[in-house]
Amino acid sequence: MSGVNAAGWRPTMGEAGEASEKFVTSSGDYGLMLEEPLSFELGAEGKCGVDIDTPDRAPAAGLSKFLRKAAPDLPGLTEPETVRHYTRLSRQNYAIDLGPFPLGSCTMKHNPRLNEKMARLPGFADVHPLQPQKSVEGALEVIEQLADWLITLTGMASVAMSPKAGAHGELCGLLCIRAALDARGEKRDIVLVPESAHGTNPATAAFAGFKVQSIPATPAGRVDLEALKAKLGPNVAGVMITNPNTCGLFEPDMKAIADAVHEAGGYVYCDGANFNAIVGKVRPGDLGVDAMHINLHKTFSTPHGGGGPGAGPVVLSAALAPFAPLPFVTRGPDGGIHLVEEENRGEGHGRAFGRMVAFHGQMGMFTRALTYILSHGADGLRQVAEDAVLNANYVLRSCEDLLPAPFAKSGPCMHEALFSDAGLADGFSTLDIAKGLIDEGFHPMTVYFPLVVRGAMLVEPTETESKAGLDRFIASLRSLAKRAKAGDESLHSAPHFAPRRRLDETQAARKPVLVWQGVPGEPGKPSLSEIGGS
Amino acid sequence: MRYLPLTDADRAAMLDVIGAASVDDLFIDVPSEARLSGPVEGLPMHASEMAVERHMSALAGKNLSAGSAPFFLGAGAYRHHVPASVDHIIQRGEFLTAYTPYQPEIAQGTLQVLFEFQTQVARLFGTDIANASMYDGSTACWEAILMAARITRKDRAILSGGLHPHYGEVVRTMAKFTEDEIASLACELTREPDDAAVIAAIDEKTSCVVVQYPDILGRIPDLAAISEAAHAKGALVVAVVTEPVALGMIEAPGNLGADIVVGEGQSLGVGLQFGGPYLGLFGCREKFVRQMPGRLCGETVDAEGKRGFVLTLSTREQHIRREKATSNICTNSGLCALAFSIHLTLLGGNGLAQLAAVNHDRTQAAVERLTQIPGVSLLNDAYFNEVTLVLPGDAREAVRELADRKVLGGVSLGRLFPAQEDLHKGLLVAATETTTDEDIETLATELAAVLEGVPA
Repeated sequence: MSGVNAAGWRPTMGEAGEASEKFVTSSGDYGLMLEEPLSFELGAEGKCGVDIDTPDRAPAAGLSKFLRKAAPDLPGLTEPETVRHYTRLSRQNYAIDLGPFPLGSCTMKHNPRLNEKMARLPGFADVHPLQPQKSVEGALEVIEQLADWLITLTGMASVAMSPKAGAHGELCGLLCIRAALDARGEKRDIVLVPESAHGTNPATAAFAGFKVQSIPATPAGRVDLEALKAKLGPNVAGVMITNPNTCGLFEPDMKAIADAVHEAGGYVYCDGANFNAIVGKVRPGDLGVDAMHINLHKTFSTPHGGGGPGAGPVVLSAALAPFAPLPFVTRGPDGGIHLVEEENRGEGHGRAFGRMVAFHGQMGMFTRALTYILSHGADGLRQVAEDAVLNANYVLRSCEDLLPAPFAKSGPCMHEALFSDAGLADGFSTLDIAKGLIDEGFHPMTVYFPLVVRGAMLVEPTETESKAGLDRFIASLRSLAKRAKAGDESLHSAPHFAPRRRLDETQAARKPVLVWQGVPGEPGKPSLSEIGGS
Repeated sequence: MRYLPLTDADRAAMLDVIGAASVDDLFIDVPSEARLSGPVEGLPMHASEMAVERHMSALAGKNLSAGSAPFFLGAGAYRHHVPASVDHIIQRGEFLTAYTPYQPEIAQGTLQVLFEFQTQVARLFGTDIANASMYDGSTACWEAILMAARITRKDRAILSGGLHPHYGEVVRTMAKFTEDEIASLACELTREPDDAAVIAAIDEKTSCVVVQYPDILGRIPDLAAISEAAHAKGALVVAVVTEPVALGMIEAPGNLGADIVVGEGQSLGVGLQFGGPYLGLFGCREKFVRQMPGRLCGETVDAEGKRGFVLTLSTREQHIRREKATSNICTNSGLCALAFSIHLTLLGGNGLAQLAAVNHDRTQAAVERLTQIPGVSLLNDAYFNEVTLVLPGDAREAVRELADRKVLGGVSLGRLFPAQEDLHKGLLVAATETTTDEDIETLATELAAVLEGVPA
């Protein structure tokens, strides 16, 4: 190694930004920096990590013509090999448990382990979705209690719990709007979507059979109210607005927008991905929203798991509530909680637009979200929004002298701070800052989104970062901004201290390799070059 | 408020840097008349870990869990033993608390798992490729129909009568809005599946036929014959697998001509969880890759030539193509895919085959015993780990009475097909490796008592 920093534990960069002179180990590992082959390259025929009984009977006669010619071509690993394989892989992931994960619009916050413990109680984890209702009264109560919190926090009339993720919730909300329009006998086919919206918004509108028309943003990063009003008419089914929006700003005209849309006979869909910024501070129902999905995994901290699962319940206004999909829970005249599905849909819910998923939604996520909500309480959730907004504004004001913040002049941001890469040295961009943050030990912010800002950097610290932690992050971001302004070439080759250097995404897309190309049935040790030993 | 690290002193110092007098000033854009002055009314305040645990445990205690009773439910969700190491590994923070791998240099763990998962699913299904998972089997089924319509430029999908009725309902719900035509065949209590009716329904406008394998009554359709007929008319075959353990024993749909294979992956590693989260499996022929919905992980190299993995072909996806995307899906079931992948890695192909054989054996044992009950007969000619029993009366009553006797005896067809009275005598019974001889004996004894009208 060419040297250590003042703290004595981290190698410093050489002149060219290289970690050290090339030093090659024969294993491909470098101490605790581990390489790991694919399971297909480790496995061997005949290995199995599970002890399985031997069946007593030959296959039933009727099955004989369907039997496989050979077992699936999947190598097995023993239990210790399996545990080691996945543990070694886990070491190549950044995670919120390791440090800040300031992904704007994605909301990575502390995931309390109590949520996990509660979700694993056998009364929740080991219950079948089609058990007789009398045997699952506690599970139905979980749904009802969570629904009550969501309705009360948002000031809405009802909630559809079954959507499986945010985008699925968007679809649910738009289908409710579609069903309500059908019930009115109207064929409105246009949905207005601001250009700053998540890509899911227009994709969802198209999926629900609507045509999408874009609404421009004002120079201050808000929906252009006059432009929106100009587009309203008898063919407009509604508008999809994200609030707080993807520029990290609250839409102050929300009520005026809703009034105008309602007056024109349309409905207001609010993308609630950023509800964490306002929970306990304002109720969307008071602003005229008709439908809004809530990403339970974001606002209420269910685990993200490297990409999901999500959960996207949709709160609904009184106008849309009757059309909510099956199944759902309701409290009957006897005081008991009932699951309304096909079998008993007659109970005053004959207007449901249909079923969106096989069963009742993400029960395991409901359990976790309810656990989190009860832990915070109404007072804690309000503090959540306040601390999330405070943390974002702290980052914004601490860095805006070095990184332009296009909308900072117009006031505070909400839960996320938006910067741009304008003013960096020629050839330096957001990507260099992002990859540099990896070397600093942080997960990068959201990059190049929203599209309305050049070289956008969207930083969402969340409420579970401490001031000391933010100060460290701010110091790194400022240092990187200075280096990028000064044209520090070593940034172009960052990250230097990650399991992989910059990956060739163009090659991956041009010649897609989506499954392991090894020789079927011939698992074996890969060569060093295959697993990356240089 | 144990999850919030800011102290009041921190908050004051930060407001000072920001230049705001109070936190409320940061909410200046929220109209003052809509801003709440205190905690939302009508909800409790924060609670200690111990208090929350007590509350949630009380709710959990009101449910009869599968492991605490003889248990025979299936119909798209199956109880299998999940090895302890699966749940242990997925709770490692680097998996549990990671996000979508947008920065591949520090997400190789998740990405390599997804690549291995895709390979496992493709090999299990007999397809060329697979994606990195969908929400669940039912939504994957709908996405497959949309994909088939894009590929064939035809929009009439035929659903076999053996398709899970909830899957059919999801498809019909979505099609109402996209104006795809869905021809749903009726489910009938016949010994063999409705292959002939499916084949007869295929015409020149057909984009795809959707066939569950094994089907909702536990029967096994002849995918090869259906595929031949569909391909002759330019239609695709979508095979739906709700019990992937079956593929340890019966031929993979892709090897029988299915063009798209979708499935529910809950059986491996995930657990029942009262219906979710589960994970949708999605495999298809390689030539359809750019029409696939959902996330894909691909192999590539890094700047030093080392093998690495990235999310790829995102030009199909909503964040690039917006309203022209192949799907609005924006997430995958990453953690469930990890659990599935670990469980399948522990089993290997031979282990899965043996597990499947045990499932079939346990089901044979249940069939042998339950068909000895007077008035109870077996519908199926062929079955894997689930069968339809025909009872003398409405099976819904029997299921409820069995539950009163602490026996979870199966899923009544009346619950799944309320409008079809001809099915109401049907009781779906599933057995897996978790089913003991004692469980079977208890069900047989109690079911006989219920049918004879003996009080509990």
